Amino acid sequence: MSTADDQSVGMDYLESFPRKFLRVYLPLGLIIVFLLFPFYWMAVTTFKPDAEMYDYEKYNPFLIAHPTLEHIKKLFFDTDYPLWMWNTVIVSVSATCISLFASVCAAYAIERLRYKGSRYVGLAIFLGYLVPPSILFIPLAAIVFQLGLFDGNLALILTYPTFLIPFCTWLLMGYFRTIPYELEECALIDGATRLQILTKITLPLSLPGVISAGIFAFTLSWNEFIYALTFISSSENKTIPVGAITELVNGDVYHWGALMAAALTGSVPVVILYSFFVEYYVSAMTGAVKE
Amino acid sequence: MAVMAEPVAAQVKRSSLWSRAFESRNFLGAMFMVPAIAILILFLAYPLALGFWLGMTDTKIGGVGRYIGFANFVSLSKDSVFWLSVFNTIFYTVFASIVKFAIGLYLALLLNERLPFKSMVRAIVLLPFVVPTVLSAIAFWWIYDSQFSIISWVLIKAGILTHYIDFLGDPWNARWSVVLANIWRGVPFVAITLLAGLQTISPSLYEAANLDGATNLQRFRHITLPMLSPIIAVVMTFSVLMTFTDFQLIYTITRGGPINATHLMATLSFQRAITGGNLGEGAAISNAMIPFLVAAILLSFFGLQRSRWQQGGRD
Repeated sequence: MSTADDQSVGMDYLESFPRKFLRVYLPLGLIIVFLLFPFYWMAVTTFKPDAEMYDYEKYNPFLIAHPTLEHIKKLFFDTDYPLWMWNTVIVSVSATCISLFASVCAAYAIERLRYKGSRYVGLAIFLGYLVPPSILFIPLAAIVFQLGLFDGNLALILTYPTFLIPFCTWLLMGYFRTIPYELEECALIDGATRLQILTKITLPLSLPGVISAGIFAFTLSWNEFIYALTFISSSENKTIPVGAITELVNGDVYHWGALMAAALTGSVPVVILYSFFVEYYVSAMTGAVKE
Repeated sequence: MAVMAEPVAAQVKRSSLWSRAFESRNFLGAMFMVPAIAILILFLAYPLALGFWLGMTDTKIGGVGRYIGFANFVSLSKDSVFWLSVFNTIFYTVFASIVKFAIGLYLALLLNERLPFKSMVRAIVLLPFVVPTVLSAIAFWWIYDSQFSIISWVLIKAGILTHYIDFLGDPWNARWSVVLANIWRGVPFVAITLLAGLQTISPSLYEAANLDGATNLQRFRHITLPMLSPIIAVVMTFSVLMTFTDFQLIYTITRGGPINATHLMATLSFQRAITGGNLGEGAAISNAMIPFLVAAILLSFFGLQRSRWQQGGRD
């Protein structure tokens, strides 16, 4: 059944198929169904007309008898959803760029220049990652208000790097460590400046690390909720997660179709990005843990 | 001549100072740190300190507060809703973390088997971690709907139940419902990182154990667990920290209801500070989370040190 290709653990290849099915495939299948079901349910509800959504007697709820784009149309044309999406893109891209720039510089300095006290600064930056946003949002709200940034994209663009920089720096430090010192030494002897070394040698060689840090930063920004909920008040400035749950619920009337459409279409960009770079994503996530 | 020479000498001196500074690693290092440090001081360190201060004031939104010492904490200590939120937070963290660990470890062991389409399965498993939490929480909200819950429908069709479950209307049902959503969200992270740990364990250890006649359980107990323990400590610290300070899932699915039964300290702090306008009181609730967080970090840190020491390793 299974081809004898990779490093097998022990002598599992002697196992018969029915036994392996019960021991591995069945539990794995059940867990995957559990993990994927909410997405399936999200998609089914998005494309189901209201008549079917609220009638479990006549229609099987797992299937769609008459698929419709009505909910997506409503979401895109009757709400501020396109604006939320635009805000989310602007905020995520800007916060990611700022964080990547700051993190590349910091990680390079800590890992490569090894200036006096760099170890402690590195540790301090890592500790910053352990400070949860749910402790910071109240004082940050006060600061954002004082700086006059309240209810604007800039409030989010400037605060998101607080959780992105520690993470990206930590990840990039690991990547920079894998590049041999000798390369930099040769360049130094040839008269290259530190800046040239960074842009012409270290950065190109650690491109996979920079890409994975960027994807992580982008998905984390896209996912952020509590700051966006606190610092933004008008509908046209909201991000997708905040807009979806504050604007699509009118009192006790839940527009489930539109809500599910927002959940689905809001997830799609991240999932597409993720599926293109999944190998980077997984290796960065596991690499960061191994450090 | 001398008049001409002086500025040239000064120029040479200045430029050499400048270029020497650029060759100095300490100076360059400091320059490279400026962007990161500036942002982190202004929007992380300063707010953290401001949060401590706000917790000791009676600041309202749009007003200037005055210092009232520990009065916020004194009034919270008499506040039954606050204590309920502490209980809920601990309940949520303990149960969600234990189950996330158990399923995550099991899933990691399954994924470590020889499987067809291994990398695709791994990519699928990670999806709940990638999709924005609030958006998947909306799906759970709908799954838990009192009239149209698909779970209730299936159970009734299967003849197990006779009426719909009130998932979010009953305090205990609601607590278990949000725990389940949190488990769903957290399992992939635990599983993938533990899988990475499993793959660093040398197969020769298992082969040696096999030759000695060890059973599956013995191999797991005496090889897998000890080799995995440093990564388990790191993953579980993160998992506990994220669960303890969770906000998104609760805010989306229950908003703390019914009758505060699912309020976590984070959601209560939001409700008091932003919705209710009492920034000082909200900050005090946030600050009350810090001792728990520090304890979690220290526990795993010293646990890790101890396990390393037991293995005879240094550093």
